[in-house]
Amino acid sequence: MHPWVGAGPDDRRHILDELGLNSIDDLFATIPPEVCVDRLDLAPAQDEESVWLAMSRMAMSNLALDCAPSFLGAGVYRHVRPAVVNAVLSRAEFFTSYTPYQPEISQGTLQVIFEFQTLISRLTGLPVANASLYDGATALVEAVLFSHRVLRGRRDVAVVAETVHPMYRRVLDTYAEATGIEIVTVPPNTEGRLDPDRVREAAGDRACCVALQSPNFLGIVEDLPRLAEAAHDGGALAVQVVTEAVSLGLLEGGGTYEFDVVCGEAQSFGVAPGFGGPHLGFFACTEKNIRQMPGRLAGETVDEDGRRAFCLTLSTREQHIRRAKATSNICTNQGLMALAATVWLEAVGGAGLRELATSCLARSEELKRRISALDGPWRLAYPAAPTFNEFLLTGPGDGADLVDRIASEGVLIGVPAAKWGGSWPDGVLVAVTELNTSAEMDALVAALGAVS
Amino acid sequence: MSLPVELRYVKSHEWLKVEGDTVIVGITDYAQDQLGEVVYVELPEVEAGFDSGDELGTLESVKAVSEYLAPVAGEVVEVNERLEDEPNLVNQDPYGDGWLVKMRGSIDSEETLDAAGYEAFLELENS
Repeated sequence: MHPWVGAGPDDRRHILDELGLNSIDDLFATIPPEVCVDRLDLAPAQDEESVWLAMSRMAMSNLALDCAPSFLGAGVYRHVRPAVVNAVLSRAEFFTSYTPYQPEISQGTLQVIFEFQTLISRLTGLPVANASLYDGATALVEAVLFSHRVLRGRRDVAVVAETVHPMYRRVLDTYAEATGIEIVTVPPNTEGRLDPDRVREAAGDRACCVALQSPNFLGIVEDLPRLAEAAHDGGALAVQVVTEAVSLGLLEGGGTYEFDVVCGEAQSFGVAPGFGGPHLGFFACTEKNIRQMPGRLAGETVDEDGRRAFCLTLSTREQHIRRAKATSNICTNQGLMALAATVWLEAVGGAGLRELATSCLARSEELKRRISALDGPWRLAYPAAPTFNEFLLTGPGDGADLVDRIASEGVLIGVPAAKWGGSWPDGVLVAVTELNTSAEMDALVAALGAVS
Repeated sequence: MSLPVELRYVKSHEWLKVEGDTVIVGITDYAQDQLGEVVYVELPEVEAGFDSGDELGTLESVKAVSEYLAPVAGEVVEVNERLEDEPNLVNQDPYGDGWLVKMRGSIDSEETLDAAGYEAFLELENS
């Protein structure tokens, strides 16, 4: 094969033969058919500009979240993104650099990581945070494996709330199966919250951790102090997963309530909601367990002249030194997105983050009130439960159907809640952020009225 | 390099000392010198059982992490908790305050070396 001319029919045949497959379709058989397009309605041979035009016209049939009122959330959130974030991000010194092999030569990169860790530590209420991980789902996986290591591999059960994002749980299942950790799932009570007694019972004295999400998948804030106690009673570590990081601007991180790990997704901090990512995982833990923490860690030190400097520290946990005995196979970090989060948080500031989170909460409560006041079939699935900026709405028909009907009114109402299974009612998760204006809420309420 | 004659040694560079029905375990002066400044000692749990040759824990120095092994089979009865705050006792006093673990067990004289035997082993290894 030519190194830069694409594979021809003979090359394809040759590759497929080697793989023992009959066709390209066989190669991509794991892609669900419902997300595949049979064929694009394009003429067989056209010039580049014509194809661009045709594709752009096709794209216009999408209801895109930046040109329609959008209440999509369920793990990916739309928030303000000041221009300074992309301005700093696109500087070549950051944008093009790979993890340096002699890290201390890149003081700027290390300073950013150090600041990111400091910010995450303050938000989570735990003394140490790592340089970041790929995304919230793998952060949860790392938290479970971490707990397993901290308890010296003697406890092969992980108790996980069913209200942890279902996609995160699927990623965890994949890892757990390979490492021999049994996952015990605890469903929420009728209030959509985790019952500490059920957690205590599920964990017994054989769980390495109790992992829960707060605000949970249904948007509901969990009773962190009592759940930490329930985990610790049986000797398990308490792990909090956060998918909406802006909630930490208003709600104390689990560290304040004795959680051993607070981890999750920080996409809300300056990372645009993109189809398939990139995302940004974070991980914070207690100082006692720092040697079992996965990932890189930047530290503050002084150079030979006594000036403030940064270094990578505790590297002996990592793969390039410990090989097969490393704490995890993560020996990199999500550097560029960690930079985005750092710039975003520093631009927004502490008071700004609180204000922003308060705005999310206030708008969400306003929308809940307006929907409840509607004379129609719409119900809040858990009307008494405390939420941050997301709630489960039910109505006639299933969630996916409701999403489609409201979309036909030009509004993206949210994400179908039972799409990935779950013991809660089938409805729509509606997320409200500071970007949802009163006019957008008017549009949503009008659309609900129109389809009643 | 110090090699007290009253101790027994194993080729994985631990020393052993019998005290009643327990065996005190540490690493040799040679081993601490090879490791460099020890910054963290991971100790096993008291009551945990080990076979001879099992990994008891790890020693982290500024340049590497090394495992130390159980030179005898048995249960851990005590660990040197001072090392949590003063890990470099392993460097300063490897045969005294820098001891690691006390295990219930007995020494197999076939499997262990005396000071002269260990010294000869080191010479062979470094030749």
